[in-house]
Amino acid sequence: MHLSESVSTGFFFLAPWLVFAPITGLLINAIFGKYFSEKVVGTVASLASGAAFVVSVLLAYSVSLNHGEVVRWQFAEWIHVGTLQLDWTFRMDSLSTTMMLVVSGVGTLIHIYAIGYMHEDVRFKHEEGRFTRFFIFLNLFIAAMMILVSGDSYMMLFVGWEGVGLCSFLLIGFWYEFDTLGRSSWANSNAAKKAFITNRVGDFGFLIAGFLMFWYLGSFQFDEVFKAAPAIAESAPWVIVAITLFMLVGVAGKSAQIPLYIWLPDAMAGPTPVSALIHAATMVTAGVYLVTRSAAIYTLVPQAQYIVAMVGAGTALFAATIAVGQYDIKKVLAYSTISQLGFMVAAVGMGAYVAGMFHLITHAFFKALLFLSAGSVILGLERGHHAHAHHAAHDDHGKGKKKEEKNHGHEEEHGEVFDPGDMRNMGGLRKTMPVTFWLYMIGTLALAGIFPFAGFWSKDEILLDASLHFPSVYWQLTIAAFFTAFYMGRQIWMVFFGEARSDAAKHAEESPKVMTVPLMVLAVLSVVGGALNLPFEGFHNLGHWLGHTIGEVEGLPLNLQVAGISTALALLAILISWFLYGRNPLKAGQIDPLKKPLGFVFTGMENKWFVDEGYFAVIINPFKKISAFLADVIDWRFWHDFVHDTVILGTYNWLSEIALNKYADQKGIDAFANWLGTATQSVSATLRKLQNGFVRSYALSVLLGVVLILGYLIFK
Amino acid sequence: MNSVPVDYYVLLSAILFTIGAMGVLIRRNPLIIFMSIELMLNAANLVFVAYASVFKSFSGQIFVFFVIAVAAAEVAVGLALIVQIFKAKKNINIDELNSLKG
Amino acid sequence: MNSDLIVFIVLAIVSIATALGMVFSRNAVYSALFLVLNFITVAVFYLLLGAPFIAMSQVTVYAGAIMVLFLFVIMLLGAESISSTSDLPWQKPLAFTLALVLVVESIYLIVSRAQMDRVITAPDASINTVENLREMALTLYSQYLLPFEITSILLLVAMVGAIVLTKQEKAG
Repeated sequence: MHLSESVSTGFFFLAPWLVFAPITGLLINAIFGKYFSEKVVGTVASLASGAAFVVSVLLAYSVSLNHGEVVRWQFAEWIHVGTLQLDWTFRMDSLSTTMMLVVSGVGTLIHIYAIGYMHEDVRFKHEEGRFTRFFIFLNLFIAAMMILVSGDSYMMLFVGWEGVGLCSFLLIGFWYEFDTLGRSSWANSNAAKKAFITNRVGDFGFLIAGFLMFWYLGSFQFDEVFKAAPAIAESAPWVIVAITLFMLVGVAGKSAQIPLYIWLPDAMAGPTPVSALIHAATMVTAGVYLVTRSAAIYTLVPQAQYIVAMVGAGTALFAATIAVGQYDIKKVLAYSTISQLGFMVAAVGMGAYVAGMFHLITHAFFKALLFLSAGSVILGLERGHHAHAHHAAHDDHGKGKKKEEKNHGHEEEHGEVFDPGDMRNMGGLRKTMPVTFWLYMIGTLALAGIFPFAGFWSKDEILLDASLHFPSVYWQLTIAAFFTAFYMGRQIWMVFFGEARSDAAKHAEESPKVMTVPLMVLAVLSVVGGALNLPFEGFHNLGHWLGHTIGEVEGLPLNLQVAGISTALALLAILISWFLYGRNPLKAGQIDPLKKPLGFVFTGMENKWFVDEGYFAVIINPFKKISAFLADVIDWRFWHDFVHDTVILGTYNWLSEIALNKYADQKGIDAFANWLGTATQSVSATLRKLQNGFVRSYALSVLLGVVLILGYLIFK
Repeated sequence: MNSVPVDYYVLLSAILFTIGAMGVLIRRNPLIIFMSIELMLNAANLVFVAYASVFKSFSGQIFVFFVIAVAAAEVAVGLALIVQIFKAKKNINIDELNSLKG
Repeated sequence: MNSDLIVFIVLAIVSIATALGMVFSRNAVYSALFLVLNFITVAVFYLLLGAPFIAMSQVTVYAGAIMVLFLFVIMLLGAESISSTSDLPWQKPLAFTLALVLVVESIYLIVSRAQMDRVITAPDASINTVENLREMALTLYSQYLLPFEITSILLLVAMVGAIVLTKQEKAG
């Protein structure tokens, strides 16, 4: 364990607690969880996450004390084989501490929220025992994410990368035997598998990039790689291009870009705190962090940067169009996340690392806020649904309707299953859930990029950078911003305004304080978060802070034209959405007003442009066919039945039965052995005749012997 | 020179011996067989005495002395046996004594 | 051709003839008598060979005691006729053949290893003296004492054995 020489002050020795505080929390809950009440379990987990946050604050402070110099702290040796020297080293610089703060800060708030959310969720699903498990997995996620952001080499980053992928799988498939509506199904576990496998495809790209890096640059450690890269960029530029593009594959997997974004909407099957923490605020930003960290490499290859930017911009626009046609409240937010991630990836692709990180931070705030508020809405509907259903059950009981008293699952009480996340079941919730309404409004305005909320500043900076250097990216992002405002407006009108379209919405109840207070904290951050990097001289705080790590960037001043266009488009979009959804609120059962005018375009949006179906047709079904062919025909019928059974087993049986048994053994050896016996018998039968009992013949044989001996003596 | 080569005696002895042997094999009366055995013993005695005479030693004669004594003993016991067998079997065909037939 | 040789040949012919007579005689008594004659002939041979004591003991013991014993038993049993059918038809020819072969072999052996310088001369009268007998007795009782004693025990055993064998169980 050694520190770099420049460190004299600071709390760097606390670095391992980033990882081990959540681990301790999860171990306590794992071993003693069954003795604790739910409150204690949740408090332990939140304290563990909070401890990680405190450590992050102290580390950030320490880095600032050292004027942003990098501090590397080797914690343990990992692999030392030949030229490969991998260690678990904590890297504390401005970039990693920024990520640590975001992850642990937002993470702790979500832990607290989850205490309240999961308390109700496990009761709605009649699985009270699973409460502890959720917090164990949440703490595991925090630990893995900390390993990711504090790693000093690409391989340590990858360890955390895989760890968060695992936690994503565990948490998406938390209700693994159900689907989102509570019916017994494979749907949730399939969603978890989809996430894991799609991530795996991305990890494959990451690993190839890692191998190329080690082969040509000789190391995984950040500083050594960045030092060796320029030389290779001169001599063999294709290496750097390959490394960066394979890393882009990893980013596309983890940060849900085209073509690997398909797992994120399905990941909404997990409980809402999971969607907030992992799939909005932290895990999906790992890809953006990776690109930002590798800035030194990416700046060497502008062609790769351009590809990254285009991928990001394309994803932003594509996902925004899909979000317009979604009815599930969480799916809208999921596609919104993909779209916003596209913004971030486009930003770092263009080289605007500060802008990208800025948007990452603000997006964490307001997207977590939106997701958690959506969770509040969903639970509100669930509460209303159960309150209403109890009344109905009491009424129906007298009429003798067939039902089960014990299990008040959704199916048993209604002919259809009730979906508390479907916006078509909502409406007028601003009256019954006012706190949630205002929180949601703040989040929406931040996301739509309305001045002076945080999203305005971060998105504006990206658009500014794009307008200066990458016009096509600028136009794609602007149109995506328009759609963003539109679908968020649509959501607000559909959910909170108008009349309630279902009984559950009529009886919806507000969420408890343990859920709403963390949301208020996030709301405040969404409002004032823009202060991190204002485009005015002297206020480029984040740029200055990150500049210690990724190189000084000149902070751009506010461009009124870009800002004006984006604000105007956002307001226009909200206005149009009010025309369509707000002025004449939808009634129950009414189809979406966009369906008729847009026709097949809206159908495409509704069905996410049939991308999943396309994947199934092109990749998955042929793959299944090939593997079925390989398994059934090649492996089973050919290899097993034919080669093994017929050829090998048959030959062996023939050999042992016919050749060896019948011929060699029976006819050969047995015959010989039996012949020995019968020969002995016949010889003895013959010789027995000598013993005829007559003395005279014995005497004769004596005389014969004498004669023979004499003859021998004569002839000797 | 009145002398007989000793080999004549040996030859005579051999012939007598062979005749005795033939008698043992041919006859079925055990008494005759016994007598043939005595004849064979006699033939051997003859050779002993012949060589005792050649080498001027008494050892040969003494040996014959013993042979005669033993022959006497043997005859006594043997005849007793034959008598007992006759009492058991009621005839003295030696071929009747074949119960050791294997 | 000297007188000893002539006497020898005559006696040899007699002995062979009596031997053959013994073997081939149908009557057991005749066989015994033939054997007696053979013994006497052999006794004469002993005399010619200068062993008077042995000759006398041959006549006394062999011809006198043993053959008498034989005759007694023959009288008891020998007169029984043996059935002419034989269980071993191949015995006779084979025995003849073997005997012939044996004779031929013997003749060959003896003739091939003949040492004509070893001759037997007829004894002079001094062998009939007591001195001769004393010498023989001395050898017998000194050098061959052990066999002598053992032979005496053997005779005892034979006597006891013969009595035991022929002992009859008391009937009743």
